[in-house]
Amino acid sequence: MSANLINMLIEATLQTLYMVAISGALGTLFGLPIGVYLAVSQRGELLSSPAVNKVLGLVVNATRSVPFIILVVAIIPFTRLIAGTSIGTTAAIVPLTIAAVPFIARLVENAIREVDSGLIEAARAMGATPLQIIRKVLIPEALPGITLGLTLAVVSLIGYSAMVGAVGGEGLGDLGIRYGYQRFMPEVMLAVVVILIVLVQLVQSLGEGLARLVDKRAPRNRGR
Amino acid sequence: MAEKQTTGAAISFAALGKSFDKKGSGQVMALEDVSLDVPAGTITGIIGRSGAGKSTLLRMVNGLEQPTTGTVTVAGHDVGRASAAELRHIRRDVGMIFQHFNLLSSRTVYGNVALPLEIAGVPSSEIKPRVDDLIARVGLEDLSRRYPAELSGGQKQRVGIARALATRPKVLLSDEATSALDPETTQTVLKLLADINRDLGLTILLITHEMAVVRDIASHVAVIDGGRIVEAGSTYEVFADPKHPTTRSFLSGITGVTLPSFIADRLQPERPEGKAQEVIRVTFAGRHATDPMLAMLTSELGIAVNILAGAIEEIGPHPFGNLLVSVEAGRGAEARAYLERHELITEVLGYVG
Repeated sequence: MSANLINMLIEATLQTLYMVAISGALGTLFGLPIGVYLAVSQRGELLSSPAVNKVLGLVVNATRSVPFIILVVAIIPFTRLIAGTSIGTTAAIVPLTIAAVPFIARLVENAIREVDSGLIEAARAMGATPLQIIRKVLIPEALPGITLGLTLAVVSLIGYSAMVGAVGGEGLGDLGIRYGYQRFMPEVMLAVVVILIVLVQLVQSLGEGLARLVDKRAPRNRGR
Repeated sequence: MAEKQTTGAAISFAALGKSFDKKGSGQVMALEDVSLDVPAGTITGIIGRSGAGKSTLLRMVNGLEQPTTGTVTVAGHDVGRASAAELRHIRRDVGMIFQHFNLLSSRTVYGNVALPLEIAGVPSSEIKPRVDDLIARVGLEDLSRRYPAELSGGQKQRVGIARALATRPKVLLSDEATSALDPETTQTVLKLLADINRDLGLTILLITHEMAVVRDIASHVAVIDGGRIVEAGSTYEVFADPKHPTTRSFLSGITGVTLPSFIADRLQPERPEGKAQEVIRVTFAGRHATDPMLAMLTSELGIAVNILAGAIEEIGPHPFGNLLVSVEAGRGAEARAYLERHELITEVLGYVG
C-alpha cells in the first residue's frame, strides 16, 4: 500500500472522527433535553403535558422513520442554510446531527424512565422543584443508562457517516466506496473495514467503561 | 448534635376524604370522613392493613396527595390549599422516610444527606458541618463516603433518617420505615426514631401494619380500616381496651395470646348443658396490672382458675398483660364481676363442655 494511500486513510479517519464527534456532541446537546422532556411530560409525570408530549413524540418518530440516505438528500436546502454549503465534511455534520438528535432523545428518555419513581417522590417530599428533580435526581440516576445510550448513538453515527459520501462528506465510508469499490482496490476496502471495526470497538469499550465508572448501583447478578 | 431544635408541630386531619378515578369502576373512595388530631411532639402510629388508606393519609401531610374533601393542617398551614411554592416551603418542615429508603444510588451517604439542603438553597459552607452532624447522629461517621449499594438495610434507613432531618423539620413522616428490615434492625431503627423524638421534640407520624411497631414507640395510635379511622387514642388505652374488631385482630397478632388448639377446637359460643368451663380473656392494664389478681380470685372467692395462655407486655412505661383463663361456667359471671371491679377487662370467648 503506497504512502499516498496511507495518507488518504489517515485523512479519511480524521474526517470520520470529526464528523462523528461534532454531530455526536450536537446531537447530545439537543437530544438530551428533548429526551428528558419526553420522559417527564408523559401523563402523570413531573411536568405532565400529554398533548405536547404526543406532538414531540410524533416529530421524533417521523425523523427516525426517514432512511438516513434519504434524509441527507432531502434536507440539502436546510444544510446549505446552516453550513453555507451542501457539499463537504462540515456540511455532512448537519444531516448526521439531525439523525442523532431524535435517536439520542429516545435513548435518554428510556434511561430517565428507568429511574425509580420512589426517588422522585422522595425529592418532591424534600420540596424540590421539577427542575431540581431533573438536575439532581433524574439525570444523575440515569447517567449509567444515558452513557450506554450515547455509546450506541456514536456507534450508529460511525455507520451513518459512511453514507454522507453522497453529499461529498468524505471520511472512511466514502474512501471505501470510491477507491475500494469503484476503483477495484480491495486492499483499501479491507483497510477501511478494519479501521471501522477498531473505531467501533474503541468507542464501545470506552462507553462501557465510563458507564461502569458512573454506575454506583449494586452489581446485578449475572447468569442464573 | 447537641442542639435542641424547634418543637414539633401538630397535625390535624378534619373531615378528610379522598377519592380516586379508577378506569371502569368510576370513583374509588380511599379515605372517608377522617378526622384525627396528632398532638405536637408525640409519636403517633397509624395502623391498618394494606389498602386501608394509611399511605394516602400520610401522603396528604406533605401534599404528595391532595384531599378531595376536608383539610389537612400542619403547623397551622392548610396543606391541601397551599400553592406549589408554599407547598415546597411546608415540605422543608416535614421530613419523610420510606419503606424502600429511596436513596439516590449515584450519591454517597454524605451526598444523600446533603441533597435536601442543596434543594433548600443552603449555602455550601453551612452544608458540610450540618451533614457531618447528622451522619454522626445516626452513627454512620465511618461510612459517609460509601454508596447506598454498599450498605445494609438498617444503615440505608439511617441515611434516610439523617436525610429527613436535614432541614430541621417539625414533623417526620415514616412510611412503613421498618417493614423491609429484619426484627433486630427494626428495633435499632425504632430506638433511633424514639431518641430523635425525645432529643429534638419533633412530631413523628408513622404508618405500619405491625402492631409491634406501635407498641414499641408510639404514644398514640389510630386504627384505620376501609378508609375510616375506626379507633384512636393513647396507645395504652387502645391496647388495654380495644373496641373495634380490627384493633383486636391486630392486637392478638402481637400479644401472641391465642387459645391452644385443643381448647379452640372445642370452643362453643353457647353454654352447653351440664358441667362446662367458661373461657375468658383477661386484660391487665391500669394500676392493678401487676397485682396477683388471679390468686386473689381464688383465695377470696374460692374460684379455681385455669390458665390457658398468657403474656405480659410493656407499652411505654406501663405493663400490659393478656391472659386466657377458664373457670367453672357457673361461677363465670361472679369471677368477671370481681375482676372488672379491680379495673381489669374481661371478655367471654366461649365455653368448653
